[in-house]
Amino acid sequence: MSDGKRLAVVGAGAVGGSVVDLAAEYGHTVVAFADSSSAAVAGDDSGIDAAAALDRKADEGTVGDADPDDALHADYDVLVEATPTTLGDAEPGFSHLQTALERDRHVVLANKGPVAERYGDVRDLERNSAGQVRFEATVGGAIPIVSTVEDLSPSHVTAARGILNGTANFILSRMAAEGIDYEHVLAEAQDLGVAEADPTFDVEGTDAALKCVILANVLSEGEREFTLSDADVEGITNVPGSALELAAEDGRTIRLVGEATRDGIRVGPRLVPQNAALAVTGTRNIVQLETTHAGQLNLSGRGAGGPETASAVLGDVGRLE
Amino acid sequence: MTSALNSESETDAESDDRTRSQSCGSRGDSDVDTGADGQPQPHTIRLELPDQPGQLLAALEPISDNGGNLLSIFHERGNVTPRGRIPVEVDVEATPDRFDAIVSALRDGGVNVVQAGAEHYAEEVVVLLVGHLVDTDLSDTLRRIEQCPAASIADFSLNAPEGRTDTSSARLRIATRAGATAEALEMVSDIAEEKELHVVEPLTGGAA
Repeated sequence: MSDGKRLAVVGAGAVGGSVVDLAAEYGHTVVAFADSSSAAVAGDDSGIDAAAALDRKADEGTVGDADPDDALHADYDVLVEATPTTLGDAEPGFSHLQTALERDRHVVLANKGPVAERYGDVRDLERNSAGQVRFEATVGGAIPIVSTVEDLSPSHVTAARGILNGTANFILSRMAAEGIDYEHVLAEAQDLGVAEADPTFDVEGTDAALKCVILANVLSEGEREFTLSDADVEGITNVPGSALELAAEDGRTIRLVGEATRDGIRVGPRLVPQNAALAVTGTRNIVQLETTHAGQLNLSGRGAGGPETASAVLGDVGRLE
Repeated sequence: MTSALNSESETDAESDDRTRSQSCGSRGDSDVDTGADGQPQPHTIRLELPDQPGQLLAALEPISDNGGNLLSIFHERGNVTPRGRIPVEVDVEATPDRFDAIVSALRDGGVNVVQAGAEHYAEEVVVLLVGHLVDTDLSDTLRRIEQCPAASIADFSLNAPEGRTDTSSARLRIATRAGATAEALEMVSDIAEEKELHVVEPLTGGAA
């Protein structure tokens, strides 16, 4: 483990909040914390009062009295970018990353936008900076996927495929287990907080596709840049209970599977054997890597959640030079 | 023997350029995918027969005589060779020993065996179709898949809980030639797209 780092955390949702909460446990100091309208910036290297900032966020909806821009220009080693993922120009996340790299600071992303939609731009900025960019938390939450591909070397990984959206997987596994239709399971998932009020991003396959785009970018090592528009994406809203029944009669089930290779990205409902590694149930995620020398690797675990994703962020912080 | 019956019906269907009879049901539960020694496996034999009555039947007798299980026959009447012979492709399930005996018996009987041994319907793939299956002419969908030389429907199930008019699902088990799974899936996908049906494809290869 490297020495403790000074962190600026931008984004105060479940992931950003958990990073602030857990940073000290990993030996790091949060010197700035911002949401979209406010910021807490430490006066010295002892860092902000994490508990107070998190309480204030819960009670008042702001994290401090400073301007969010102050956090971006605070004296930190690593910017943790945990604002919501946006498509297209990936703003404001991309500008946050740019600001940090231009100041020769490291960036750890939990936000998928910059590496899914502007991977080439991100790598260009990184090349001209003393800072590095890491993004383990953008794919598969707590599961160490990007770092595993790095360890194997991307050129030795021929394909990555998996279940990368817990909401869609929860819905499909509940539909199959209970014989109930999509609308009922979706309502249940929303009650449980597994699905958002607007579940489009998850059930239409967009979220899984973004993660596959990121993996395809990692695998192609800059030879080709992928964005969401390169992905062939189909969601689960057209999968009726009758199809899951037919699959079950044959010892199979249906899962929203994402596939990433150097040649492209495909996300859609697929038939898999019920006892297959990929047939995880509930909100669990799994990624299967095909390698040239190491056979097939299956990595599974929790693909979402504040502390889970924060652990991937803090793992990245620990890997920085 | 079923093989004899198939061959009779085949010679009657002279109006079609390419006709095929299929007896996938006769494959039973045998595990054709294992390829293990001694296990029955599907094999393809390509023959060229003189265009004379009774030739096909005579060519098929050594198959049943030697314990082969006839899977299908392609009688390519529209594809006559320059020497006036008719190409016939026969798919047979047999153990490796019996397959060798079948080929020897055919050659001993004077049948022109062009090719023997390459697996034909060596792979199986299961897909689901979802949508207005009945309204989009289900039998036409199945017929068009069956017409593809690379594919043959081995099993079909329909699940239409809401009746004929609403969304229903179908499961198709398709036998394909070795290496032609992608081609067969693409063909199913094209037909589905045309009919606005959704296809749930399997993960193929070593995946899952």
